[in-house]
Amino acid sequence: MHCKYLIIGNSVGGVAASEAIREIDKVGKIVMVSEEPHRVYSRALIPYFIAGRIDLEKMYYRDANFYEKNDILPFLGKKVIKIDFKDRKAEMEDGCKIGYKKLLLATGAAPFIPQMKGLDKERPKDGFFTFSSLDDAMKIKKKIESGIAERAAVLGGGLTGLMAAEALAENGIEVTVVELAGSLLPGVLDETASHLVEEHLEEKSLKISTGRRIVEVVGEESVETAVLDDGTILPCDLLIIGAGVRPRVELARDTGVRVNRGIVVDRRMRTSVNDVYACGDCAEDYDFLQGDFRLLPIWPTAYAGGRVAGFNMCGVEREYRWGTNMNSMHFFGLRIIVAGSITENGDDEVFKKICGDGNYRRIALKDDRVVGMILMNEIEGAGVLLNLMRAGINVKSFKEELLSNDFGLISLPEKLRQEIMT
Amino acid sequence: MKMRRIRCREEVCIGCRLCEVWCQVEHSKSKEIINAFLRETAFPRVRVEERGPISISLQCRHCEEPNCVHACISGALYRDLETCVVKHDASKCVGCWSCVLACPYDAIIRDDAHNRVLKCDLCEGREEPICVEKCPNDALIVEAYDAL
Repeated sequence: MHCKYLIIGNSVGGVAASEAIREIDKVGKIVMVSEEPHRVYSRALIPYFIAGRIDLEKMYYRDANFYEKNDILPFLGKKVIKIDFKDRKAEMEDGCKIGYKKLLLATGAAPFIPQMKGLDKERPKDGFFTFSSLDDAMKIKKKIESGIAERAAVLGGGLTGLMAAEALAENGIEVTVVELAGSLLPGVLDETASHLVEEHLEEKSLKISTGRRIVEVVGEESVETAVLDDGTILPCDLLIIGAGVRPRVELARDTGVRVNRGIVVDRRMRTSVNDVYACGDCAEDYDFLQGDFRLLPIWPTAYAGGRVAGFNMCGVEREYRWGTNMNSMHFFGLRIIVAGSITENGDDEVFKKICGDGNYRRIALKDDRVVGMILMNEIEGAGVLLNLMRAGINVKSFKEELLSNDFGLISLPEKLRQEIMT
Repeated sequence: MKMRRIRCREEVCIGCRLCEVWCQVEHSKSKEIINAFLRETAFPRVRVEERGPISISLQCRHCEEPNCVHACISGALYRDLETCVVKHDASKCVGCWSCVLACPYDAIIRDDAHNRVLKCDLCEGREEPICVEKCPNDALIVEAYDAL
């Protein structure tokens, strides 16, 4: 088989690329291949699904007729095992080969599963799940619905782990979160925000164990207990892994495609091989704050990167310029928005304000420019701040406004506001 | 292709908030002012910001490359390629607030009661958006321009 555009991966990056291609090229044949048997769903919605806030139908990111409507030939539940970048052919597990003119690697990332005694990754015990695939999510859901899940251990106190913990707790499950670092959301929040989150979660009866690892999983067929490195034994019916992801670069490894931690691309999402593009969690995206490329495994980056890739694949020059670390999250009603740099750095000027009810604002400046923010509970103004960050606006004349709970466009000098609004 | 968006001329905006009032009425079930305010849980999709004598009425700019659409994890936000309107399917929204972070204008409004967001839809079905029609000072105007 032959096609003009071959997209490997069927999540947000691949979908964004295919939609961009169809805006330009209505007829060029698009083939999408995905290991997972499902039509495109949103991985980011798994916590909402487990918590029972949405049903399975709402998990799907696009309508059922997405492929038909965009004239895309999907191969779902099929795995590409090898790519011949010279002959421009992808080989699937069943031996079938697909030739292409332009290729997009949108292979995503795989959950990182640390070594634990008693854990066979090939044959995991019943009750052992990751939190990043629809298959696992449906199995977790079934367990919960059958009423046999009373206690759960969640490995990882980052974004995925905490959202998993909340979703399970909302089902009446007793949850313990085990985090290797000394505090929750390491690298995502500063110490103050992290403590506020921890207090909030403990108030909601989550058990938190920081500075700890799970060293052993005990149980014959099913998970029975998790053993921590200090000897603590956690009885659990569910052991959920939410400890970050690793880019899936195996198709590019040891080929002409340059791979660093992720697949190396330029701002047009081109890899080092002609007509081969990459986007999303498997690629290293441009971070405008650092002025360099790095792994940014977040949703908006995957979409925007995929869209840029799609345009370039059909000859329309576009650059991806606006990526950086950014996240919006909420735990038991506590809203948190973060973007940019959150580490304490000598060069930064940091404004902070805590004012009860979990309200916390932290804005970091460098040379009078916003380089990082943490907003808790009162998140209004987040988008305006992010835009100031992106545009590198000098904020010297309205610095004091940045911490105000009702910060918004109105807080800016008139001339600047007019410029932004035009 | 013709794109449309509402612009606020802040030099004549007096912060009367009638845009908020009429937006709420227009987006209520009854489309009737008393019901919209007293018997329904309707909300406006436009917000007036004030600082001393200055006020501005803010609503979605219907961007050509909308950051909110890129950030939306549920597929609720999308750009209608025919009308160039950035639309929101509330039934798909989960209230993750990713779009709140993404929008450079703060034009996305949180509806905490229903865990979803609200945004300007340019009053689909109406010739002129209600806020523009009802603005007593003509501070709100519809701008039409060609898409790139």
